[in-house]
Amino acid sequence: MPCPAGVEPLPAFPAGPSGPGPATRTGLVPGRTRWRQLAVPGGGVSHGAVRVGGVTAAGADLTLRHPVERFTLDNGLRVVLAPDRSVPVVAVSVFYDVGMRSEPPGRTGFAHLFEHMMFQGSAHVPKMEHARLVQAAGGTFNGSTHQDYTNYFQALPAEALERAVFLEADRMAAPAITEENLRNQIDVVKEEIRVNVLNRPYGAFPWLQLPPIAFESFANTHDGYGSFVDLESSTVDDAADFFSRYYAPSNAVLCIGGDLDVAETEQLVRRWFDPVPFRPAPPAPVVGEPSPATARRGVVEDPLAPAPAVAIGWRVPDPVGDLETYLGTVVLTELLSEGDASRLERRLLHTDRLAVAQSSYLGLFGDPFDVRDATLLVSQVHHPADVPVDRVLAAVHEEIEKVATDGVPAEELARVTARTEAQLLQQADSVLGRTLGFASAELIHGRAELAGELAARLAAVTPDQVQAAARGLSPDTAAVLELRATGGAAR
Amino acid sequence: MSAPVLDLSLIPPLGEPRPAPVPEVHSSTLPSGLQLVVVPRPGVPLVELRLRVPFAASAPRQAAAHAARTSVLSGAVLLGTAAHDQLEIAQLLQANGGELSVSADADRLLLSTTMLPDGLGAVLGVLAELLAAPTYPAGPVDAERSRVVERVHIARSQPGVIARSALAARRYGAHPYAQQLPAPELVAAVTPAALRKLHRERVLPAGSTLVLVGDLDPATAQDVVATALAGWTAEGKAVSADPVPAVVPQPLQLVHRPGAVQSNLRLGGPAPGRTDPQLPALRLASMVFGGYFSSRLVENIRERRGYTYSPRSGVEHLMAGSSFTVDADVATAVTGPALLETWYELGRMALTPVSEAELDSARRYLLGTLALGTATHAGLASTLSALFGAGLPADWLADHQRALATVGIDEVTEASRQWLSPAGLTAVVVGDADQAADQLRALGPVEVTAPALESGA
Repeated sequence: MPCPAGVEPLPAFPAGPSGPGPATRTGLVPGRTRWRQLAVPGGGVSHGAVRVGGVTAAGADLTLRHPVERFTLDNGLRVVLAPDRSVPVVAVSVFYDVGMRSEPPGRTGFAHLFEHMMFQGSAHVPKMEHARLVQAAGGTFNGSTHQDYTNYFQALPAEALERAVFLEADRMAAPAITEENLRNQIDVVKEEIRVNVLNRPYGAFPWLQLPPIAFESFANTHDGYGSFVDLESSTVDDAADFFSRYYAPSNAVLCIGGDLDVAETEQLVRRWFDPVPFRPAPPAPVVGEPSPATARRGVVEDPLAPAPAVAIGWRVPDPVGDLETYLGTVVLTELLSEGDASRLERRLLHTDRLAVAQSSYLGLFGDPFDVRDATLLVSQVHHPADVPVDRVLAAVHEEIEKVATDGVPAEELARVTARTEAQLLQQADSVLGRTLGFASAELIHGRAELAGELAARLAAVTPDQVQAAARGLSPDTAAVLELRATGGAAR
Repeated sequence: MSAPVLDLSLIPPLGEPRPAPVPEVHSSTLPSGLQLVVVPRPGVPLVELRLRVPFAASAPRQAAAHAARTSVLSGAVLLGTAAHDQLEIAQLLQANGGELSVSADADRLLLSTTMLPDGLGAVLGVLAELLAAPTYPAGPVDAERSRVVERVHIARSQPGVIARSALAARRYGAHPYAQQLPAPELVAAVTPAALRKLHRERVLPAGSTLVLVGDLDPATAQDVVATALAGWTAEGKAVSADPVPAVVPQPLQLVHRPGAVQSNLRLGGPAPGRTDPQLPALRLASMVFGGYFSSRLVENIRERRGYTYSPRSGVEHLMAGSSFTVDADVATAVTGPALLETWYELGRMALTPVSEAELDSARRYLLGTLALGTATHAGLASTLSALFGAGLPADWLADHQRALATVGIDEVTEASRQWLSPAGLTAVVVGDADQAADQLRALGPVEVTAPALESGA
């Protein structure tokens, strides 16, 4: 599956069986980005809480008031508990405040490589046993590396809660970083990069290829998967230093959701995590940078691709520091790109017939609420070779200009909001999706509750906010990446 | 750091399992022959919809054209109805939180969406129009056809797609299941008239299954469906695929992909179907072999040798035949060694018993993930759609769980002997033949072929 926006946020293990069935409508092409790991609390109905219904009820109370309990251990670990006893499932997640953007020069890809190392065993758990202890309890697990954080998670039958808490605490205390394990995982990561980037068309497009054009700083421009040179030169000492610096309990959030009793779970958490010693959290990495004042443009050649593509990246408001403005951009992104009724789908595919697929999203991995400044709105378009890229670009800019000039009808905004709300609810229906949403909101925004408020916040976005957001997407400050198909399938 | 030793006394024991809620499944058949399955479920205020329409090719010689028409139809069905154009249809769905996706495989069309609960009537109204009064307008169909041609080219440039297609062609020969992707030139020849005919003949209520799961009242939902779909009365009989051909021993096929930095290993063979009493044992065998992280194949070629990121095995069901499959994408330099280890692990499954611990782990994992997978509206809807579409009752899930719970080691060995033996599997490798062929020849005969997919157009 080509999947430009990719792009799972670099998981330790491939998710699910590969590929869709043949001839699915959207399955043949780079998948349209879905919001990932967005979550609002579910179970609202079973708890008799506020029912979300009104499609156009912008003023209605869309906040699902799901209880969120939080406390902090003496070692600095922030803990969020989100009980919901409707199904006998729990999710346990630990989010560390270190991501690809924390990597120093010479160590590209290290955050992701280290994520793999966290599955190699720990103080009391031999290699392979982490997986066995979770899976033999009927649970699933994974981890993933994002721009601003790295997470680890399990979804299990409720009776396995303490086991998962133990496993996370054991590796927070002491992962088994050995030379043998490190060499093995460097090999595994190289195969991951080959399967996802090097051996397929559009593998790096645009998430690895656009940032060097759109940004200036090393934090924002470097290859988060890592160069083979950097990966191969990584040492056990590097890993130990990285662990010591970034994997302190005071640099992490533990979030547990689902079928749990709050008092009992707090006891379990204290039993297993209190012994992890305090270490100071590292200073936050500098990932913001000045907004661009010029248009930038770059070209990459993809010898495996049978057809060209283009990605446009615009800097957007600070997702955390200026959330209110940013919400306008979030709704604009949906209005432009989500579904057959969206502006760009209509214009590029149906009216002008310039493209075979389009998608727009915020953040390199498509989750608007799990990134910090600086970040991008990306529109990517796959078009036939006989359509000049400048025609595609002109059409995209025109559609944005229309919103900037004419604004947005309230009726259209209501439809977009209804669809967005359904997608948020869908994510929240799974205990794991909900739990990850709370955790990333706590880590990135400092408020787990935000995950539960998103539907209401987005429904309250006004036409003026969307129009203002569109005014920020100027061709004069956009970064454009052209992918030229230079080989690929014989036609 | 010295390697840790597992001290089981330190590991928190599992508590008492809590019973999972049993879904309340209401099944009925409308006068038109459509089977309706409604499941009210607590959780988020959404309703998930799955409509499964049997869509197999009617005969092998029509398979290629059928695949091409189906690939266009699955997008073009949304392009207009007697009452609404494409944009209006999309807007009606969007206003209710929905977006209809239409997918096809060798057995069926599947129309899926989520929606806000108050939108049930409106969404079913749109669905009824699409089923009973699609127009397949010439201009938009022409555009959709061009997009599908481009998408097929893009799909065919993916090594995973090349590998899957090569294995299907090798296993199924002239059977329609060999058609993984349509030929671009056949797609380009699809006309609106052909789509209308295909729709008329094959989009039928008889044999189709509509599943609704979520925040709804069963009686009300049944009434809404009966009213909304009253006009979908096309008559005819659903077509299903003929039985798949028996396995013919063939040498390993190496599909040359010049310059490839990985080799895609794909093995496949027949497996017991959903109603075969041997299925639970085979599923457990597949788990122990390569079905999850705690498996022999992952431990061997990923965690010990670092040959690959993504080894896996699985059991897949199509109407006319089920499959056991093995996938691994490995570094080109270790193509031969990776296949050797894969065969070794398969042979070990076939010839020697698994351990009690391996079996227990696989059993708990399958039972646990079955519960996780059906713990959302969407997961339950998709599972029930597949089951009812295959003609199975909702009880199948509980029966299968009970069967998984009682399988013993001997049954796993017997199933492995029958279905996992390397000798019974068809093998395909996609990779750079200049570097991989000699390695593979050390293990047995190899037939090197050109990348059929990419030169086809």
